[in-house]
Amino acid sequence: MSFRQPSILPGFGLTLGFSTFFLSAIVLVPLAALVMKTATMGWSDFWRVATDARALASYRLSFGASMLAATLNSVFGFIIAWTLVRYEFPGRKLIDSLIDMPFALPTAVSGIALTAVFAENGWIGQYLAPLGIKVAYTWIGVVVALTLIGLPFVVRSVQPAIAEVQRDLEDAAETLGAGRFTIFRRIVLPTVFPALATGFTLAFARAVGEYGSVIFIAGNLPMRTEITPLLIVIKLEQFDYKGAAALGFIMLTMSFVMLLSINLLQAWSRRRMVAAGR
Amino acid sequence: MAGGPSKEMLAEIASRPGRDTLISSAVKYVFIALSLGFLAALLFAPLATVFITALSKGWEMYFESFKDEDTLAAIKLTLTVAAIVVPTNTIFGIAAAWAIAKFEFRGKSFLITLIDLPIAVSPVISGLVYVLLFGAQGWFGLWLQERDISIIFAVPGIVLATMFVTFPYVARELIPLMQQLGNDEEEAAITLGAGGLMTFFHVTLPKIRWGLVYGVILCNARAMGEFGAVSVVSGHVRGLTTTMPLHVEILYNEYNFVGAFAVASLLTVLAVLTLIIKSLVEMKRK
Repeated sequence: MSFRQPSILPGFGLTLGFSTFFLSAIVLVPLAALVMKTATMGWSDFWRVATDARALASYRLSFGASMLAATLNSVFGFIIAWTLVRYEFPGRKLIDSLIDMPFALPTAVSGIALTAVFAENGWIGQYLAPLGIKVAYTWIGVVVALTLIGLPFVVRSVQPAIAEVQRDLEDAAETLGAGRFTIFRRIVLPTVFPALATGFTLAFARAVGEYGSVIFIAGNLPMRTEITPLLIVIKLEQFDYKGAAALGFIMLTMSFVMLLSINLLQAWSRRRMVAAGR
Repeated sequence: MAGGPSKEMLAEIASRPGRDTLISSAVKYVFIALSLGFLAALLFAPLATVFITALSKGWEMYFESFKDEDTLAAIKLTLTVAAIVVPTNTIFGIAAAWAIAKFEFRGKSFLITLIDLPIAVSPVISGLVYVLLFGAQGWFGLWLQERDISIIFAVPGIVLATMFVTFPYVARELIPLMQQLGNDEEEAAITLGAGGLMTFFHVTLPKIRWGLVYGVILCNARAMGEFGAVSVVSGHVRGLTTTMPLHVEILYNEYNFVGAFAVASLLTVLAVLTLIIKSLVEMKRK
């Protein structure tokens, strides 16, 4: 097979040339600089920086909180998507369009606003404080911020899948005596699961790298409420470029793994749609 | 958007026997309550807080916040950065979409993955890579210093980092759209003797214009609101290298809450406008 199939349309060389050039200049060369910087460190230096106690604590928080947030999003994202697809209620359209708000809202804004709401004297924080639950400036705050950021990913992935669930199958199952839970487990979940897994991974990937909304609500105490992206920024501020590059390299590798899993999940999701004849 | 049920579908569901049991309506209300409660705590309350705090000392103080020189400088810088980044990424997006959607070539899906890469990368890393390239100890640091050119802790760095972060938005909106529309009409135009540009402007552009509008406004919203990447390369020089989101941080850390939330309210309005345009575009598409 030749490099490209013949076509009478013009502009292939120009557009492909321009876009690969621009892609290289803006994205690939800078990312290569990060990899090269890490490579100049030597293995033992890299290992020392990457497994430093403070770094380990930051991974634990970043990945743990992201995992928790993505799980919360999967549960509530499914409930919200189901509500929006299946039920009619006043304001449904408005709420549907507001779901994208965390995409459009600058992260610094969601950060300071969430902090204000969940601080001890905030609208919600004041009711949680007497129960002994502190949200702002603790790891719970990190989870709250990451949950807000990831929500649209799950809802938007799951919505089309719920619309695909065949109502007649649900009805048939019901007439055959299946209970609600059985219908959910045997009919709804198998159709929706690939989309839910995609949404979970997208939300998780976004949460791991998130910076703006977290730093306001986290309190940023070393070893306790310090996320990995913040640790990179701190290392940069101390002109520890190598240390920053090493942590950046670890996060970049994680992003690649996540991107790959998302592509595989989406392919799986599509195959299931095709297999089901839809 | 996935959209909701059509009127007919809802009517049909409502008419089904056995649907409207006590339990099914209980489930319905529990689901609606859970959804609204979750969104109220996480989304509506923070959005309301932005405006209420911004206006907590009255409209006069609110408008006073925008008379501050540094705030005005931040607004101006944000607009300047967006004015450079958005058109550049739009041209890239159109070029990439043309190459990818109109032609079959090897390595295409790999190219698409690479274009999507900035979305998967942490914003902090988007800034970090430029510091490693152009910063004082970066690959080109010395070379730039000798020539007295500053990129990091200056406006060029902010532009580059923003460009990195918003890089895929137009392209990833146009690629699936143009793939779905196919090549037939373009091929007909070329066969009839139209040139490449004429074909693009008269045949392709009218078909993709709403997708293009959507990609551009998303790119713009992200460009104006980017925090992490810009924060890393900006150096936070008040009035010089602070964009609006960075200025929000500065005011907030100085406990100037009215000022911080006033600037934040502008950014929130921008987000709301973005969503409104998005809804309009989706209506046009249908």
